[in-house]
Formats: sequence, C-alpha cells, structure tokens
Amino acid sequence: MNIWNISTPAGPVPRVSTRLNLADRLGMCRVRWGIGRMSYTVEPGLYAVGEPDQNSEVLVTANYRMTFDHVRSALSNLDAWILVLDTNGINVWCAAGKGTFGTKELLSRIEASGLTLVINHRRLIVPQLGAVGIAAHHVKELSGFRVLYGPIEARDINEYLANGLRASGSMRRKTFSVRERAALIPMELLPALKYMAVIAVTLTLLAGLMGSGSFMSDVLRFGKTTIASLLLAVAAGAVLVPLLLPYLPGRSFSMKGFWMGLATALAVFLFVLKTTGSVMIVVPWIVLIPALSSFLAMNFTGSSTYTSLSGVRREMRIAVPLQAAASILGVILWFGTMLTERGRVL
Amino acid sequence: MNRFVYLPDVVSLQLNDNRCTGCGMCAIVCPHGVMTLENGRALIADRDACMECGACARNCPADAIAVQAGVGCAQAVINAALGRTGKACCTIDRE
Ligand code: SF4
Ligand code: SF4
Repeated sequence: MNIWNISTPAGPVPRVSTRLNLADRLGMCRVRWGIGRMSYTVEPGLYAVGEPDQNSEVLVTANYRMTFDHVRSALSNLDAWILVLDTNGINVWCAAGKGTFGTKELLSRIEASGLTLVINHRRLIVPQLGAVGIAAHHVKELSGFRVLYGPIEARDINEYLANGLRASGSMRRKTFSVRERAALIPMELLPALKYMAVIAVTLTLLAGLMGSGSFMSDVLRFGKTTIASLLLAVAAGAVLVPLLLPYLPGRSFSMKGFWMGLATALAVFLFVLKTTGSVMIVVPWIVLIPALSSFLAMNFTGSSTYTSLSGVRREMRIAVPLQAAASILGVILWFGTMLTERGRVL
Repeated sequence: MNRFVYLPDVVSLQLNDNRCTGCGMCAIVCPHGVMTLENGRALIADRDACMECGACARNCPADAIAVQAGVGCAQAVINAALGRTGKACCTIDRE
C-alpha cells in the first residue's frame, strides 16, 4: 500500500491509493487461508483518497486491512475521506456485533482525528451492517454528525455516491451467494481437518493394536478406510454443504449436513460393495459420516449471513443429542467390527 | 436468487406499534428486509427472515423494537456452554 501525506487544517493526513498492488492481493489471499495468523490491520484514523476537500464525503470503516482494502479499491476516481475505527483488526459486521465498531468508538475517533476541522459538513457514511453497533440518533445527539447508512458491500459505494447517497433495495440486502459461501470454505476446512487428523490417528493405532493381523498390516488395512471416511465426512459437511446450501433439504444446517453425509455414506457403501464385497468394515462409517457431516454443517451457521441465535439454539437442542448418540453408536459398531474381524480369524 | 430463510417462528423480534413514529430507520438498516413501513408505521413483514442482528432496535429512536441480539453461531453456543470466552465465530471474511 503506497502512502503519502496531504496537509489539512488538522495536520497531515495519509493519502492511500485506490489500486491494490500485488502485495495487497497476496495479503488478502494469505488471510483467506489463515496463513501466518498475523493480525492484518491498518492504523485507525483519517485517510484520504484522491483529492478530497472540505465538502467531500466521509466513509467510515473498520481497521481490518482486508475491509479497508475493499473500501479504498471501490473508490477509484473519487475524492473522499475514510475514517478508520479501531476494531482490533476485525471486519465491520463482526466488530459491530461485539460492540467495538460502535457509537463510542465512532465518537472518540471523530474527536481524535480532528475531523471537524477537515470538513465543513456533518455527514458520515457508515456501512449498513455497522448499524448493528452504531446508533445513528445517539451519534447525532452527541456529536452533531448525521449518520447515513450506505450500502452493505463496498463495491456499491461508487453507485451509492453517484445516486446522491441513495441505496437501492438490493444494496441493502445481505446476500449469501455461492461465491461468498465458497470463500468461507477454507475457514471451515482447516479446523475440521485438524480434528479429523486426531481421530484418524487414534482409530488407526487402535485398529493396529486390536486387529487380527500384524500391527502394520492392520494399520494399513483399517487406516485406509478410516482416513478415507473421515475425509469424506469433512468434504460433505465443510465443503459440499456450504456450496449446495440452498439446494439441500431441511432448514436447519444440521439437517442439511445429515442428508449430505448420508448420501456420501451410501456412496461409500456402494463403492465398497462393488470393489471388495466385504462391507463389514464400512458399516460403522454409515453411521459416523452423517453424524460428523451434520456437526460440521451445524458449525457453518457461524459463517452464514442469515441464522439467528434463537434459531441456532433451537436447532442444537435437537441436533446435538442425536449427533452424540450416533457418534457413540458408530464407535460401538467400530469396536464390534474389530472384534468380529478378530473372532473370524481366531 | 435463492431466498435463504432459517427456522420458522423462532426469533425474539418484537415491535411496539404505539411507540413507533414511522421514521423508517428500521427498514433502512435491516439486512434482510424484515421491516417495512405501512401507513406511516413500521411493520414486521418477514419475521422468519430476521437474524436477530439487533440493528433495528439499536437505531430506533423511539425505542419501539426489542430483540435479543446475538450471533447465530453454533460454535459460540458450544463455547458458551463450555465456559470458554473470547473468540466466537466471526470469520474473517464477513465484511
Ligand atoms: S425505527 Fe422505530 S420509530 Fe422508526 S419506523 Fe422503525 S419502529 Fe418506527
Ligand atoms: S434484528 Fe436485524 S435482521 Fe432482525 S429485523 Fe432487526 S435489523 Fe432485521
């Protein structure tokens, strides 16, 4: 990000480019995949794009670098101010939910930045989702600034400004398109794979110890099924459910995950039936895959843009006991399979 | 585009008609088009689409809306049940 200062009555204000360079894009990519786990922030305060003056609009945003980059890149060929609130590097919506993108922080950032010296109007454009944390009437009362809620997505800012600060209906609706859902998959996938690795190692070692053959041959034989089944459960719950969300039956996410898992389990069953004919080894997985998939899908509620807390609580009251029961049953079946395998050889 | 609707008849959203002055703020801030204005008064037009974000209640100058605001996230509910605090579920991609 290239920065150079412009001078204002409130002192120098950094001016940022509206073009994203290669480093910015790489940064976005790294954050998406959780690489480095560094906090990806910008310094809170006032910024300029283009050649803003006393009459230019002020856009309020969070100090999460990716959000900031989206906003500035949406402002190409425009002259505007950007007021960045300190949200601890968290995006607008989440920070508004936590209260850090809130009335208090906005008021103190207006003060600290000397904004009233820089502009001679009293309007602020706050992204609509910021309304979760900001009370426009309180801001007006306490600072004299009128909060105008702008579009949800940064990419609509240009049109919003061109329309004389009017947002169309579609700019005001939070969507959950397949692209948005796909972008969230890495965040679902990485933790899921970590847990599955632990389960896979445990079960495979147990299989080696309990099986009828030598330790290594049992590890190989059962390890393959275990790892393949767990990976498929993750694929169903953390990849396919997000992608196919609106097309899966049921309204609760755990239900969608269950059906996706059941379909996956049946596919595994048919595949094993066709190739090896010995289906005993996959029987526990017919129960375990849907249970795991259902659980992973349920966790996707946190990334979705339309689930309510009351709804999630209701869904969990029914789903969690069932998932737990199915998991216990699956594990019992798994031990049962191991013991029968052993009995057959003895 | 597919319309996403979560579970029916579950949200805690409440509107007190007597207090409403018809300013229209709730309809502006709602990300799911739950609130509309009819005859100069707010109306819950699509209750089941509400995600309990709380934006309408926070921005109602007449205090006419009540909702138990929260994040609809299973992981947060689990964390709360286990007594874990701190990071809930907001993922970095929510913008
Ligand atoms: S924000 Fe409050 S006063 Fe304004 S229309 Fe909505 S309910 Fe009525
Ligand atoms: S709580 Fe949020 S989703 Fe529900 S009506 Fe209010 S603004 Fe809309």
